[in-house]
Amino acid sequence: MSTVQKQKLAVIGNGMAGIRTIEELLKIAPDKYEITVFGTEPHPNYNRILLSPVLAGEQTIKDIVLNDWDWYKDNGINLITGKTITEIHRTRRELTTASGEKHNYDRLLIATGSNPFILPIEGKNLPGVISYRDIADTEAMIDAAKIYKNAVVIGGGLLGLEAANGLKLRGMDVTVVHVMPWLMERQLDEKAGKLLQASLEAKGITFKMQAQTEALIAGESGRVAALRFKTGEQIPADIVVMAVGIRPNTALAEKSGLQVSARPGGIIVNDTMQTLTDPRIYSVGECVNHRGTAYGLVAPLFEMAKVCANHLAEYGIGRYVGSVTSTKLKVTGVDLFSAGNFQGGEGFEDIVLSDPMGGVYKRLVVKDDKLVGACLYGDTVDGSWYFKLLREGKNVAEIRDQLMFGESNIGDVGHEGNTRAVTMKDTDEVCGCNGVCKGTITKAIKEKGLFTLDEVRKHTKASSSCGSCTGLVEQLLMFTAGGDYSATPKMKPMCACTDSTHQHTRDAIREQKLLSVPEVMKTLGWRTPNGCSSCRPAINYYLLSTWPKEYVDDPQSRYINERAHANIQKDGTFSVIPRMWGGETTADELRRIANAVDKYKIPTVKVTGGQRIDLLGVKKEDLPAVWKDIGMPSGHAYAKALRTVKTCVGSEWCRFGTQDSTQMGKDLERAMWRMYAPHKVKYAVSGCPRNCAEAGIKDVGIIGVDSGWELYVAGNGGIKTEVAQFFVKVKTSDEVLEYTGAFIQLYREEGWYLERTVHYVSRVGLDYCKKKVVDDAVNRKALWERLQFALDGEPDPWFEFDKARVDTRQFIPIKPIAADTVATV
Amino acid sequence: MSAIETEMSWRYVCKLDDLPVLGARVLERNETEGGNVAVFRNSEDVVFALLDKCPHKGGPLSQGIVFGERVACPLHNWSIELKSGEAVAPDVGCTKRFPVKVDGEDVFVDLR
Ligand SMILES: Cc1cc2nc3c(=O)[nH]c(=O)nc-3n(C[C@H](O)[C@H](O)[C@H](O)COP(=O)(O)OP(=O)(O)OC[C@H]3O[C@@H](n4cnc5c(N)ncnc54)[C@H](O)[C@@H]3O)c2cc1C
Ligand code: HEM
Ligand code: SF4
Ligand code: SF4
Ligand code: FES
Repeated sequence: MSTVQKQKLAVIGNGMAGIRTIEELLKIAPDKYEITVFGTEPHPNYNRILLSPVLAGEQTIKDIVLNDWDWYKDNGINLITGKTITEIHRTRRELTTASGEKHNYDRLLIATGSNPFILPIEGKNLPGVISYRDIADTEAMIDAAKIYKNAVVIGGGLLGLEAANGLKLRGMDVTVVHVMPWLMERQLDEKAGKLLQASLEAKGITFKMQAQTEALIAGESGRVAALRFKTGEQIPADIVVMAVGIRPNTALAEKSGLQVSARPGGIIVNDTMQTLTDPRIYSVGECVNHRGTAYGLVAPLFEMAKVCANHLAEYGIGRYVGSVTSTKLKVTGVDLFSAGNFQGGEGFEDIVLSDPMGGVYKRLVVKDDKLVGACLYGDTVDGSWYFKLLREGKNVAEIRDQLMFGESNIGDVGHEGNTRAVTMKDTDEVCGCNGVCKGTITKAIKEKGLFTLDEVRKHTKASSSCGSCTGLVEQLLMFTAGGDYSATPKMKPMCACTDSTHQHTRDAIREQKLLSVPEVMKTLGWRTPNGCSSCRPAINYYLLSTWPKEYVDDPQSRYINERAHANIQKDGTFSVIPRMWGGETTADELRRIANAVDKYKIPTVKVTGGQRIDLLGVKKEDLPAVWKDIGMPSGHAYAKALRTVKTCVGSEWCRFGTQDSTQMGKDLERAMWRMYAPHKVKYAVSGCPRNCAEAGIKDVGIIGVDSGWELYVAGNGGIKTEVAQFFVKVKTSDEVLEYTGAFIQLYREEGWYLERTVHYVSRVGLDYCKKKVVDDAVNRKALWERLQFALDGEPDPWFEFDKARVDTRQFIPIKPIAADTVATV
Repeated sequence: MSAIETEMSWRYVCKLDDLPVLGARVLERNETEGGNVAVFRNSEDVVFALLDKCPHKGGPLSQGIVFGERVACPLHNWSIELKSGEAVAPDVGCTKRFPVKVDGEDVFVDLR
């Protein structure tokens, strides 16, 4: 066999976007290319964003390296630092370095970043005039601060202010010169800009606003010594930092005939990050122009990197469609956040909170019931929450009144943590599910160079289970990694196997009538042969709920509990929870249970919170026999399905009872059992408002009153307690069935896999559900009928193995044959 | 090939079709013999055998979801490479792997 020659991939630019692309590529196609990276800077890839904390003396250069020399070596990457590429010969597919070496490529990635913009003024080339872009600039500033006194920073934007802050902390007298009336005018409105200025003045920084620089003047040594304004006024300056903006670094690309945008600059790329001119040449990072935008923050660059890697690997499915970005100033002690369109205007609504004395200012911009912009000053704890609402385009009509007061005010205890993130001690626990404390997370972020929530999840397990600490972890990312990297795409793909979102997958299954898991994966371009443990169960559910009676359930795409129809325990044994309609049982049932416990030596018998009995520690081989001996229906306590209908005693016995809640519960349970859903579904029925069945924290809660029944939906007693919301009041028990059934069917048809009713309802809005179920009688009846159609004839998996597609071979272990059949020694 | 074969001690386990596609069966062995072995079959009909103990906290890998050449442990969702028994990064750990031979319809495992 002849060895296949690997294709050659060359990368120009050893910076954040280029290397991120290589990392993504190595993850999915590690052996595809022979990779060579050229970089002008004599350093391995480092986190440019953290230059500001280095300048401020909070971190060192060593701390901010993202990929050390060994990383390149270990991954077989040929790294050539200290060399600038000066020519690309596209027909010969050849690069030339400044010193004349040649290098061939099959595919090329241009990631040359951007250049600081230098004002075309007299004296701009004098020694002592520095820009702020890389390690060399940062070191020059640190050195200058040791000897000189007066620093002038031209530019009151993000970079300029971070430079000013750093130089001030290093003991210099700093003046910031800005042409606009307020600071960071592209990220802040006037009020916030002024507040920012006041707080930086309090730190000892001087400002010259609306001031135009005319010239930089040399002193006796030939080094810069002063700055002169157009007005003629002159101020001393031993160093001048120019931070008036960046321009995509496209000189090389232009020279090689690649199409470059005139304004705002950048190499023009398509949605697959290929340059418009030459499909062999890709480009990512600040040097590109995508759909007319050139980005200057890392989050979009990382999205580009992912898409680019995908195409380099020839999977060919990802599309980059642009990003919404947010800004956070990394000046310790100054809290500032902005995202989206915070200027408002015609057709936009402003919600403003201003407390100049307290140093707090917040402005939220809403359009068509959606948050489109946020500008926060002084109190940014809710920044990541607003950013999330904004990116996801959530309907905020229902929380509009409380929006300003932040997430913690919405009664969302689990996510409240925002304020806590900073004040927490390293030993404080962040993720209760996996026992991960703050120190472990921040350490992993720093040492392993993590940028995204997903990466933190993988490396530390924090936020990977119930997700209620997600807000906290996002905050920690923000504070530790310096910028806002919070999950990037507007809509998250289902998992790493695909770029398709849950919604997109659901829609495709319905619209194209897809009828099997492989068909879905093929149609939607899955990258993996048969998905993973996260997408396969989701697809299986979507097929099942969209095409009942037509789709054939795939047990191998189900989690073990739904494959074995019992709950796996930590020692590999299982639990058996038979159904007791409405929590009622009989002497006969109890006797059979008792006998089974003895016969199969079941170690633990426990009453569950769902009003039934749990037999724990059953061996897998014994499951079918235990089910048979007990002779009661499956309780589906192991499944994403209807669990229990909890009831109180009700009017039959209770002296307060107004309705027969037990009977209602039994009727409901018989109507809804065997119902698979995006997540578990729990009902409860109470006979009067004393609500002994705790209906207020169930997916569907029903409370009897004199004149009928009150229905509540979307409650949850889990990690975060969510009180169910009032849905509608009805008169008869038939109506209870129809209304709640229709609501649940809506959730079954539209919910994303593993989305509880509370999350579904908060995504689509309670009003939407009411419109579909309460206001629209025709639709309600149709939903209720579709549910009944789906459930009609559904098998009980404990007894109808064939029909429920239970693979009974799993209950019979294979015994190894004693004799070796083909043994040779 | 034959040079390798002589060093193996193949034991017949079952027919290929006794194993569910994208699934596994448990090969029972008592603890003194080293404990249960999980025998997997993927969508390409490749068969793998691993000790039925997750390197994390001993979860029964035979009960996990099989995809590609990996299995997701049912207890805490670590991914384990079926070929090597190695946990997929960033998790670290390795479970014992046993050589497998499929001869026509017959599946053999070297249990040593
Ligand atoms: C001080 C500072 C603070 C910042 N703070 C934030 C922040 O808080 N949040 C945020 O999101 N972003 C921030 N940014 C912006 C962020 O760092 C950039 O968006 C990001 O680094 C751009 O990545 P890139 O790969 O496109 O370019 P770069 O990281 O600049 O990489 C380009 C590399 O290519 C090299 N190169 C260029 N031309 C050639 C050539 N012809 N041959 C060989 N090599 C070449 C360059 O030397 C450079 O090393 C900050 C930037 C700075 C400077
Ligand atoms: C969100 C995280 C939750 C997880 C991961 C979880 C997990 C589980 C598990 C594994 C079991 C089965 C135990 C067994 O094998 O017998 C179980 C049972 C049960 N859980 Fe939870 N649970 C959660 C939330 C809740 C909440 C919020 C409630 C109540 C408000 C609840 C009430 C019950 C009840 C009543 C049972 C008994 C099962 C039955 O009778 O059907 N759980 N849960
Ligand atoms: S909810 Fe009302 S009817 Fe039901 S048990 Fe409690 S007091 Fe009685
Ligand atoms: S039964 Fe529920 S609450 Fe109890 S330990 Fe298990 S997951 Fe946690
Ligand atoms: S025991 Fe396997 S993942 Fe925990």
